[in-house]
Amino acid sequence: MIITRKIEFSASHMCRNPALSDAENRELFGLAANPHGHGHNYVLEVSVEGAPDAVTGMVLDLKELKDVLNREVVEPYDHRFLNYEVPPFDRVIPTAENIARDIWVRLEPELNRPGRQLRMVRLYETPDLYVDYHGEETCST
Amino acid sequence: MFHVTRRYQFAASHRLHSPALSDEENRRVYGKCNHPYGHGHNYVLEVSARGPLDPLAGSAVNTRLLDRLVSRQVLEPLEHRNLNADVDWFGPVVPTSENLGIEICRRLKHNWNAAFSGEWPRLEKVRIEETPRNIFEIRADEVE
Repeated sequence: MIITRKIEFSASHMCRNPALSDAENRELFGLAANPHGHGHNYVLEVSVEGAPDAVTGMVLDLKELKDVLNREVVEPYDHRFLNYEVPPFDRVIPTAENIARDIWVRLEPELNRPGRQLRMVRLYETPDLYVDYHGEETCST
Repeated sequence: MFHVTRRYQFAASHRLHSPALSDEENRRVYGKCNHPYGHGHNYVLEVSARGPLDPLAGSAVNTRLLDRLVSRQVLEPLEHRNLNADVDWFGPVVPTSENLGIEICRRLKHNWNAAFSGEWPRLEKVRIEETPRNIFEIRADEVE
């Protein structure tokens, strides 16, 4: 069984690769390369897979999941400029893909327990763009 | 591996009417979708692609390239059109959302390499909401 909890945070970012020129950044990232940054209302869905506990009837306590998400994601990310205030984005470009992966890395040790595991992180940068990350997967056909 | 999904919208009309069926059979099979002058929807299209991170961009899918591809191949030909009268994709095929989804998926797959020249990203699936309650999903490996 998979259970999902949804949270939101608002943050600003810009997408620039310091190894590239202004023109190359503009070509690659478009408006997202604007040097003073811009913001999004990010929506995050976190899915955990497991079987309901025989006694509690729960895969995990959603209150516990809420606390983990607040501590590991909302507190560090919310109302921050990711590039300047939230490592590793001082050196990793805060694209939706990299943010999804950073969230996965933060959450996996907090959520994986015997009988349950983090299954998916879905990060909406806008209602029209989202990234699903399931942890490291080989890129096969 | 990342799975990136982009959501688009277009408005179009269609009429479900099969030349292989009599008028009465068409009315029975398609009901109000067979009304003679057609009807419209605000279609929502989701296009998903998958791949590893491009180290230069820190992203798996360049959404600007994806937007350009989808605009050219799908949104521009379909936006504010009548699928039966204005769009030559269907021939005798009835423009149900099943067939529309298959055709969109096929067009994106055929033109994919012109937009994304490398091995990655690859088209993963297409999902169409004909209305918020009727949803059709086609994996890229289901079409030629």
